[in-house]
Amino acid sequence: MKTKESLNSEAVEVLKNLDGKALTPRDRLGLPCQEMPEQVPADRAHNFSEVALGYGEAQARVEALRCLQCKTAPCVSGCPVRVPIPEFIKLIVDGDYAAAARSIKTVNMLPAICGRVCPQETQCQAPCTLGKSLHSIDKAVSIGRLERFAADFERENGLSTTPTVKPETGKKVAIIGSGPASITCAADVRREGHEVTMFEAFHKPGGVMVYGIPEFRLPKAIVKREIDALAQMGVLIDTNVLVGRTVTLAGLFGELGFNAAFIGSGAGLPKFAGIPGENLVGVFSANEYLTRANLMKAWDHDHAETPIYPSKIVMVIGGGNVAMDSARMALRLGAQEVHIVYRRTGAEMPARAEEVEHAKAEGIIFDFLQAPTRVLGTGTVNGLEVQRCELGEPDGSGRRSPVPVPGSERPLPCDTVIVALGNESNPLLKQATPELAVDKRGRIIVDENGMTSMPAVYAGGDIVLGSATVILAMGEGRRAANAINALLAGAS
Amino acid sequence: MNRIVSKYQLSDEVFRIEVEAPMIAKARKPGQFVIVMLEEEFSERIPLTIADADPDRGTITLIFQTVGASTHRLAARKPGDSVGGILGPLGNPTHIVNFGTVVCVGGGIGVAPLHPIAQALKKAGNRVIAIVGARTKELIVMEAEIRAIADETIVVTDDGTYGRKALVTEPLKELCGASPKPDLAVAIGPPIMMKFCAEATRPFGVHTVVSLNTIMVDGTGMCGGCRVSVGGETKFVCVDGPEFDGHLVDFDAMMFRLKSYKNQEDEAHHRCHLDLEIDKAKDTGRLQRAD
Repeated sequence: MKTKESLNSEAVEVLKNLDGKALTPRDRLGLPCQEMPEQVPADRAHNFSEVALGYGEAQARVEALRCLQCKTAPCVSGCPVRVPIPEFIKLIVDGDYAAAARSIKTVNMLPAICGRVCPQETQCQAPCTLGKSLHSIDKAVSIGRLERFAADFERENGLSTTPTVKPETGKKVAIIGSGPASITCAADVRREGHEVTMFEAFHKPGGVMVYGIPEFRLPKAIVKREIDALAQMGVLIDTNVLVGRTVTLAGLFGELGFNAAFIGSGAGLPKFAGIPGENLVGVFSANEYLTRANLMKAWDHDHAETPIYPSKIVMVIGGGNVAMDSARMALRLGAQEVHIVYRRTGAEMPARAEEVEHAKAEGIIFDFLQAPTRVLGTGTVNGLEVQRCELGEPDGSGRRSPVPVPGSERPLPCDTVIVALGNESNPLLKQATPELAVDKRGRIIVDENGMTSMPAVYAGGDIVLGSATVILAMGEGRRAANAINALLAGAS
Repeated sequence: MNRIVSKYQLSDEVFRIEVEAPMIAKARKPGQFVIVMLEEEFSERIPLTIADADPDRGTITLIFQTVGASTHRLAARKPGDSVGGILGPLGNPTHIVNFGTVVCVGGGIGVAPLHPIAQALKKAGNRVIAIVGARTKELIVMEAEIRAIADETIVVTDDGTYGRKALVTEPLKELCGASPKPDLAVAIGPPIMMKFCAEATRPFGVHTVVSLNTIMVDGTGMCGGCRVSVGGETKFVCVDGPEFDGHLVDFDAMMFRLKSYKNQEDEAHHRCHLDLEIDKAKDTGRLQRAD
């Protein structure tokens, strides 16, 4: 495995050979795809530091030179928030990295985060002309890595600028939750000069980016920077407040005098598989396992007071990013053997390709076409019974659905089962606010502007979408912010 | 940060603190609880029941027993000190109407969360019969407060050092067997006590509400660590409870789950005791720094 330094030296050579000459599309096609430097798997499986180390400058420039600068920019239409991709890549080619970051930030508040956690292979990189020409999506321009490079460059060199805030309007907006949808909404509303208070139920803001996504995939210092940036803009952050319980939605408008509210509280009610034995000791939702490990810092055994279950053999049920995060976290916490148990095959797994590759390299074992039927044990887990599956017809999600083979049940010995099957909607705010309309699955119903059934109350992110991604949540936050700003401008 | 206004030691292991939490003091209803964090960074989140609240002073009263590392550390805090954060009120409030006659059973520090419930039941017009119990006299808490509310108060101790020598289930059975039988029982205390209270009332068909205190991290529905089996269905104590029909709760499974982290907790508890001993030694000047 090549080090960050050697990969960058190779890129320096490539640039030297180009010697500033004008490149034809054919030349660009011939440039080497820039590999992401990473920690060595054997090392990283036992530490909590970030796995992907980020491009050096030369690597970023070579990768940026690969971009064909298509006039049609299919990549932009693949991006949920329409980042001006060819523009920021051109700025990297020109060596103006801070300008590249500013260009992304015109539509995406959190490029350092999205560059790390977006599923680029199904979004911007999927329709990339270069990838198509080279007959492999893996050879598309690495847009996400370039986004990360520009954002990291800006941050690490202290070039980030705090967005300007218009004169105070005297209007107050409450933001409920502090994840990606809420951060985006808070910033956009604050920019217009409204007083913004962000309420977070946990003791630390950041939502899923602090409790869910592990340090090795998204360093918490980066999330903190974004929160600090909000605070610098004058956004007030009130932790340990659970809207619906500590104060009702009506109370926000009544005694606390808010003029509008945005609900970005996330999905946050873990789904279980509904199989016998799920309440045995040793069965955890991925939310619980990851929250203990990330937010409560259980990995830091010498300091943290929150315990985490000591596991030897772990079965993680599910095939999404959260399943990969749980499996890789269990490994880092000292488990000897960690399996991903998934009903379909690798081709149907919803996790980002990069996470799956990383998990495999670290030694996670993938048990495909296995449906869990029962958690085994008395009191405490001692195994997971699975049934073999075959792939049948495509289901509603377009993926071929698993068909269990009767009589194929077998026990997989283990002491821990982590259930990573996604989330349902948290019922809490709805319980406390009967007039808030939700659909059958408990998701808040909004109109095309993100407005709920209640006047001046908007919502976005997972509480509206179900389980989605950081970038989609941000898009929702921005949409609602535009509507709130219009509402408050009209009301003045 | 929430400042501790006052602290009383009620017994060897039981403490009462009054702490500033104005929004919670205003919003809390009987049956609800809070999550306390001693420090922002590395502390556990510990669920504690609310014994009382004063919305005018902006304070809530918590009564807790020193069972693990965090409660020991909390007990070591003094008035004027702060805790890192308090989230709440959490859980659904108790369903309060005029049921008729209600037996309120509190075991150990279970009397603390029972207090506001009994108060509200009384206010709603119920005849309230209280059974207050503990292992021994030392561990009886809030007896005076309960007597001030209840129409009748029965005190029992396991060892007979105070009140009647009995388990709480004995007077409970007698009350259920009398005519007319109570319309409702509310039992709050250690899981084993609640289990046997539910068994005691079951043959008499007296509806019995129990309040569960399980392992939880966030207290808002997100982690699912608090799940219990109620009538064969999985419920989350934090968003579906904390009160459930005692006749439907699978107490054995719940008690097993409470021991999930027993080994780590014992270790932490041990480490904490050593720390506190060192602190005490420092306070009394017994421990001098080498330099």
